[in-house]
Amino acid sequence: MAVILKTVSLHKNFGMVKAVDNINLSINGEEVVGIVGTNGSGKTTLLNLITGYLQPTSGEIRFRDNNITGLSPREVIGLGIARSFQIPQLYTGLTVLENMLIAVATRSGKSWDPWTPLNKNSWVEEALGILRQFGFESDARQVVANLPEGGRKLLDVALSFVLKPKLLLMDEPTSGVSVKEKFAVMDALLNTLKDAGVTAVFVEHDVEIVERYAERVLAFDNGRVIADGTVNVVLADKSVRQAVLGVD
Amino acid sequence: MRFLENFKIGSPTAMMVGILLFITAPLFLSNWIIFVLAMALAKGIVVLGVVLLLRGGLISFGHGLYCAAGAYAVAFALNRWHIREALFLIPLSLLAGGGMAALTGLLLKRYRGIFFAMLSLAFSMILYTVLFKFYDVTGGTDGMPIPPFTILGIHPATENLRLFDYYLALILTIGVLYLGRRFTASSLGYLMQAVRYNEIRVEYMGTSVGRAIYLTYVFSGALGGLGGGLVAFIVGHVAPQLAYWTASADFVFVAVLGGAGNVFAPFLGSIVFEFVKNYAVKFSPNTWQMTLGGILLLIIFFLPQGVWSLNETIKKKVMQWQLSLKQ
Repeated sequence: MAVILKTVSLHKNFGMVKAVDNINLSINGEEVVGIVGTNGSGKTTLLNLITGYLQPTSGEIRFRDNNITGLSPREVIGLGIARSFQIPQLYTGLTVLENMLIAVATRSGKSWDPWTPLNKNSWVEEALGILRQFGFESDARQVVANLPEGGRKLLDVALSFVLKPKLLLMDEPTSGVSVKEKFAVMDALLNTLKDAGVTAVFVEHDVEIVERYAERVLAFDNGRVIADGTVNVVLADKSVRQAVLGVD
Repeated sequence: MRFLENFKIGSPTAMMVGILLFITAPLFLSNWIIFVLAMALAKGIVVLGVVLLLRGGLISFGHGLYCAAGAYAVAFALNRWHIREALFLIPLSLLAGGGMAALTGLLLKRYRGIFFAMLSLAFSMILYTVLFKFYDVTGGTDGMPIPPFTILGIHPATENLRLFDYYLALILTIGVLYLGRRFTASSLGYLMQAVRYNEIRVEYMGTSVGRAIYLTYVFSGALGGLGGGLVAFIVGHVAPQLAYWTASADFVFVAVLGGAGNVFAPFLGSIVFEFVKNYAVKFSPNTWQMTLGGILLLIIFFLPQGVWSLNETIKKKVMQWQLSLKQ
């Protein structure tokens, strides 16, 4: 599978702190990659650098052979990268369907249209279709603020999915989701992404989730990748067990 | 009975009844009330502009700027360029407000919260100072008169002028209400609400927050200009006070009074405001501001979503009543 994302000697310093320290990685198309690491190890910073929320101190980020270093989030999204957040970023006062419709209108390039109603039939059909895929059919009229945390997490991903990205970056998609729900959420999520041929990268603290869903794992410590490989290899690595999992 | 069962506030039937009431109002209301109503509608158009921004979480304390721009555009066209045709002057006022907003919006779209409010206020005070100081051009504190104008080449008779102004305000209000409804239901209208709730998500959907704010701001300014042009026709005179900060504060006051939940709300708020203000001035000329302040306090305590939220209460009562009729 062709390389879809590549970082070359990527650095990000916050004053004296090296949040991302010389990261060189390649993500292949349609891979499911899990990123593990302790708090402050640079996982979210990497996502922020890729999606243009932060500018790197030095280094290069390439997406499908385009240099995307220093582009704004909007430009990065336009090229086919989408992301969900550790804390779901939603329009909390609007309904689930309205959130989805805004996303569909935006993807259709009509977000500036002051004339076309948001509840245009074709948009509503598409929005409801995606909501069905993510299991929201009965919550479409629900105000987002009233959704449980797991629902909000999933909706955050669903909004990114509307953009039909080639690469979807997810920051802790199951944090705040109950133990009972977490596998169902990930099953729904990854099946949908797989069907659509989307490359998925997810940051996760939950080792069970990583073991079950990641095809490849990157382990982070102090801003560096300390291990990169299949789940069994990385999670058995001594340095990963010590630095990331906290076991000998 | 079927008519009553189908009657819902906000429904096409209710709107037709409302329009009919406003059309026939001059038949059963006195001249001064018609004048106050015309002023309320004109200012309601400006307030609708303020409300469109409020829906995006932006408070403009400078809409007096666009109101004055529209009013002075009409005054200049009549006095300096001798253009008399109202059908030209009205779009001119709209363009003046929209054009001014297109300029100031370039800077304002970068700011939020108190900075947006204060910067918009600063812009309006700059125009106020220009209008105030450039006596030879603007008439200074004396302002400028609005000489007789024509509509489709015909001069309205002096005794019919008030009626003409009222119907002009009414027609434009109906048009603006239609545009406002289309706008708030459109993708841009919803995008503005999205901006209020979460700018990060808007940017991460690949769309520009600044552009959404800018386009809405220009539309809002155009409404301000249109309302100002109408005020010029109705009052027959323009003065720098239109751009003064108290005028802008009045628009925000009315927006809060009416509520931001519906495009009708600014007009209801404006009508309530104009009548309360008129009666307050009549019965307590030295303390009318205190009366207005007291009313705003009561509204904030008891109707935090504005006077328009009474609509929901009435809807519930009507539904209960309809249910009892069926039983």
